[in-house]
Amino acid sequence: MTEFENWDWETKEKLISEISEWRRKFPVIHEYVVSNDGEKISAPVKTQEDAFTVCVNGEIWENTFEKLWSLRFGPDDRLTCLCMNDDEWTVATDGETWEETFEYVWNIQFTPDGKIIAVNVKGKNGYRISLNGKTWENGYVEARDFALSPDGKNTAAGVQTKGLGEGDIFGFAEGVWTVAVNGVPWKRNFLNVWGIAISSDSSKIAAEVRVGEYEYTIAINGDIWNETFKCVWEPIFYPKGEDVLVPVQTDDGWTLAKNGQIIWERKFVQAWHQKFSPDGQRIAAIVAPKIGKWTIAVDGSTWNKTFGDAVLLPVFSPDSKKVAAVVKENNRWTVAVDGIPWAEDFDMIWDPVFSPDCNRVAAKAEKDGKYFIVVDGKVGKHGFEALWSPIFSPDGNKLLIKAVEDGKYYRRVIPVEKI
Amino acid sequence: MTEPAAEAVVDPGIDEKIKKLTPERIESTINKVLTKGAAARLKVYLQTCVHCGLCADACHFYLSNDKDPKFSPVGKVKQTLWEIIRKKGKVDGGFIKDCSRIAHTECNVCRRCSMYCPFGIDIAYLLLLVRRMCALLGVVPQYLQDTVNSHAVTMNQMWVKQDEWIDSLQWQEEDAQDEVKNARIPLDKEGAEIMYSVIGPEPKFLAQLLGNIAMIMAVAGMDWTMPSFDGWDNSNMPMYSGDFETMARVERKHHEAALKLKVKRIVMGECGHAFRGAVYDGPKWLAWKEPPVPIIHAVQFYYELIKSGRIKIAKKFKEPVTVQEPCNIVRGRGLGDMLRYIMRATCEDFRDVYPRYEHNYCCGAGGGVINCGPQWKKSRVKGNRVKAEQLKATGAKFVVTPCHNCHSGIEDIVEHYNLGMHTKFFSEILIDVMEIPEDLKVE
Ligand code: SF4
Ligand code: SF4
Repeated sequence: MTEFENWDWETKEKLISEISEWRRKFPVIHEYVVSNDGEKISAPVKTQEDAFTVCVNGEIWENTFEKLWSLRFGPDDRLTCLCMNDDEWTVATDGETWEETFEYVWNIQFTPDGKIIAVNVKGKNGYRISLNGKTWENGYVEARDFALSPDGKNTAAGVQTKGLGEGDIFGFAEGVWTVAVNGVPWKRNFLNVWGIAISSDSSKIAAEVRVGEYEYTIAINGDIWNETFKCVWEPIFYPKGEDVLVPVQTDDGWTLAKNGQIIWERKFVQAWHQKFSPDGQRIAAIVAPKIGKWTIAVDGSTWNKTFGDAVLLPVFSPDSKKVAAVVKENNRWTVAVDGIPWAEDFDMIWDPVFSPDCNRVAAKAEKDGKYFIVVDGKVGKHGFEALWSPIFSPDGNKLLIKAVEDGKYYRRVIPVEKI
Repeated sequence: MTEPAAEAVVDPGIDEKIKKLTPERIESTINKVLTKGAAARLKVYLQTCVHCGLCADACHFYLSNDKDPKFSPVGKVKQTLWEIIRKKGKVDGGFIKDCSRIAHTECNVCRRCSMYCPFGIDIAYLLLLVRRMCALLGVVPQYLQDTVNSHAVTMNQMWVKQDEWIDSLQWQEEDAQDEVKNARIPLDKEGAEIMYSVIGPEPKFLAQLLGNIAMIMAVAGMDWTMPSFDGWDNSNMPMYSGDFETMARVERKHHEAALKLKVKRIVMGECGHAFRGAVYDGPKWLAWKEPPVPIIHAVQFYYELIKSGRIKIAKKFKEPVTVQEPCNIVRGRGLGDMLRYIMRATCEDFRDVYPRYEHNYCCGAGGGVINCGPQWKKSRVKGNRVKAEQLKATGAKFVVTPCHNCHSGIEDIVEHYNLGMHTKFFSEILIDVMEIPEDLKVE
């Protein structure tokens, strides 16, 4: 059984914490976060002048910090944040700080099991990546963002290998950027590197690279494709193996390319955020056949309906057959499933989730300052002060609702039809 | 070849780059732009222009350079695009050098001239096309190119590193708390109503402006956030160098930051070109007809806060003050009345300018011209004597410049022409005059 199946799917309602009480206890409370299983609510709180700590279900951590931010529950529901005392920054998890401290830390990332926590760090030795406090040996003039492999074995970041003087456009043109994997740079430099991806077996690293001012391509473990394009967006790996899928811009428009070869005949004014279905057999992407007409294309064919303002990331059903996405038209948000939008629209809506049997779609939505659960377009009865995205139970019949009502945070498990 | 209109300026971004050009590369690059990028609109404009010269009096460069026809809008097109077309792209490196000087440094793409053209020809567009040709040939003034490089690497204009950005916000938040109780800069607050975005120079040189907005947001009780990640910078110099691919990448980051944060709208700080990039040029290249999350400029936002009473004015600013109207938000978006409303609401002695509204002159810095760097400062300041005369006539001691380019450009003009004035952003006036509610006052 997975953790998720072990969650409490029986108790109908738990009052986890009266957060209105917190407001009496602490002069300042920052943004609330809740655990995946809904059993905990937490926020950075100020206890006295220049002293912040973390409050979880009403209890505070023993240690305090001058600064504390980026609080979040990892996939294993341990609580992590970035914190600072005496100008030294580090990472704290469930109240325990790393021994290592840095001039600065940011950009927390977790492996899917939550066991490895990685961050960008800046210290005496330049810019590096640190995993559970173990930091790359090599430091760089700069390292921006990074990708973490699912097994936690590899981290890869765009790094600047050589400093540049003010206005040194010629030094820049020689290429001072590359990708460093676990601190070791690729042999070749580029004008720019962006959008790093790591293959599922962790053996290959791909990135968008700019090889000439107007020449873009993909580099894999430092070697570039033979083909260059007018522009490219972030690569992803095929779920199995080493093939890479990338939106590319040709003279005729945007489309998708696999290992440098165009795979979708049709060209678009825009194509991005490509995604594989869970079975790895289908590809969906956000596309714009014309300016101001957005939709989803699956294996190169678009939905019949387009949306004027925006379409957000495609979400496949677990059986890979359906695709849902957040869509926006006339400044109103809703969800469309296989191109059919829900009748109701909202001030804001969050990413849709499919039930395990693929028959239902749920989302958190906002209307008139209140938050609602919506299932298959039907809006729930309760308008909450705060709400987190709903989660279907393993059998798909119930929903886990994490919500704040009348200053109290509740964890509820309710039958889907009773929202 | 045309005579240089200004004193010869050494700019390695142009001089060194033209040495690498071959006639074949120039010809093929130019013809690609003419046939693929621009064809239809260009043809109409070129066929329509009757060479009447009515656009000349619109241009501050022309007026300030003693009506030298080389600086007239049509003169600039004649020296560049017409020649290019006449010669079917068979031009040399020296010619491209002149094109870059004229298109990148002697035109602010302010669009004042198209209002004076009986046919509404968009001369700024034609000169942007020349910039695009130069950029594709790698010929861009050094400092402008360096700014573009910064955008490409960091997604911001000033080589601000990721940690420097967050750190600046955190210390500005602390500073703001010295003035307004519990003022905050909430980072990455998903679902906030507003994402506030700024331009690179704020964290780099003018960090107090970030503190100002923290105070203003606290007093107005707004639900807002700023991204800790790339996408916080709304500015866009590649839009002006002619590197539209980088322009698009930067704009995508900005808009996707707002989509990721699930905000209802973006409020932009006081910058004009950034508004153009984020609202018009960027979205269009990316296939959004409108920005996917609605965007308003700081002037609209302050108008909203003052008009609705969310911010009350405790005492007005006393000194005589005038205003610079950023082309991209006044001529481009019609915010002239809102700008005057907030000026009058906060200043006791507001001195209006003439000409004004959409007829106002450009600051001379916009359109990427100030970003061309110190080499070009002299010609830029010389090219805007009319602005100095216009400001002087108001007798004001302060000029409010709700745009970063205007701010720096007007400062240069004030200094060069000895106007004895000071520039201010509107937020600097506002934090001085706004009422801080009792419960937010620091004891
Ligand atoms: S600076 Fe303005 S008025 Fe002068 S040519 Fe350029 S767009 Fe026209
Ligand atoms: S006013 Fe219009 S038609 Fe006359 S010269 Fe200028 S651009 Fe051409």
